[in-house]
Amino acid sequence: MHEWALAESVVQTALKVADKENIGKITQCKVVLGELQQIDKDTFRFAIKQIADSHHSQFDKVEVLIETEKTGLLCQKCGHSWDYENVKGDLTGDQAEAIHFIPEVVFVHTRCPQCGGVDFGIAKGRGIYLATIEGER
Amino acid sequence: MRRMETRTSVIAERLKDIDRIVAVTSGKGGVGKSLVAATLAAALASAGNHVGLLDLDLQGPSSHIILGVKSLDFPEEKQGILPPLVNGIKFMSLVYFSKDKPGAFRGIDVTNIMIELLAITQWGHLNTLVIDMPPGIGDETLDVLAYIPQANFLVVGIASKVAFGGIEKLVNILIEGKVSVLGVIENMRRDGAKKASNLSSLNIPFLGALRFDPSIEDAIGKPGALLSTPFGSDIESLRKEIEKRI
Repeated sequence: MHEWALAESVVQTALKVADKENIGKITQCKVVLGELQQIDKDTFRFAIKQIADSHHSQFDKVEVLIETEKTGLLCQKCGHSWDYENVKGDLTGDQAEAIHFIPEVVFVHTRCPQCGGVDFGIAKGRGIYLATIEGER
Repeated sequence: MRRMETRTSVIAERLKDIDRIVAVTSGKGGVGKSLVAATLAAALASAGNHVGLLDLDLQGPSSHIILGVKSLDFPEEKQGILPPLVNGIKFMSLVYFSKDKPGAFRGIDVTNIMIELLAITQWGHLNTLVIDMPPGIGDETLDVLAYIPQANFLVVGIASKVAFGGIEKLVNILIEGKVSVLGVIENMRRDGAKKASNLSSLNIPFLGALRFDPSIEDAIGKPGALLSTPFGSDIESLRKEIEKRI
């Protein structure tokens, strides 16, 4: 499961922030997951908690909140904007899975639904971010 | 707290069991950089090294053609993705996900692709990771400088007035960035060419020349055959030179 690698990145980032903010035990972290990553929230939460458990001295039964940010796309050519969910139904299984691995291949496997253009951008809903952590000093 | 991108935090972890990284670059396209990178990887593997090859020429990937990759099936997943073994080389490329179809990527997209590939690829232990860089000094080069500071740059050039300017600019940027530059290798040297090409005037070590070799074309897709060409023999000499230096 390749999500494990990304879950590890959440834990590592939380540890860095905790170190910087002098937080001894992390009790909660909030993650923003770009929709384009196509990662199941429950699976991701489980992976983060499993990896956090291996750092038990820093994570005290951590609560993991995950918010998905919808992916919005914008065509540079015609100005049309659309949500990824409007086009993902047109993808083959392989195309959807490719985007799940490397989200930016959305530029390979989709086009602007209005003008068919290749020059569009991801306005929101990509990447994985640690939004907040809470803990005890 | 400002929200923080998490994927970059594990790039160093993914690369920690790699003894040395060679980024094969050039200031100009068409100088044979991808062939040098892939054949160097093959030479290193043939000499008994555990080798990886990462194709970061995202707009025009060609390493899969040179190595003779037969299947573009998704890589196996295990705590990330495992680079498939191709002729003894662990190989990773965007083509496994683009299925070798074209994509038009702007700068921010290139950076995100690189970050994702670097964050999820589990290389394991390697003696050498060779990176096939795109030509010029764009996002990929800047991202390698940012996320792979331990990379050693091998500059590929040709003895042409047209190419020299671009190559010199790249070399100067690398020197300004205080990164490790192995030197410049002159590719496609013709019989009877002047011994000292303009590349030897660059302010980095001149690592010698690779002969112009028309027999390469038929060997593309067959790394073993590539190593048996005169070009392959010259790459073997380059391999030894690199192993002396890093």
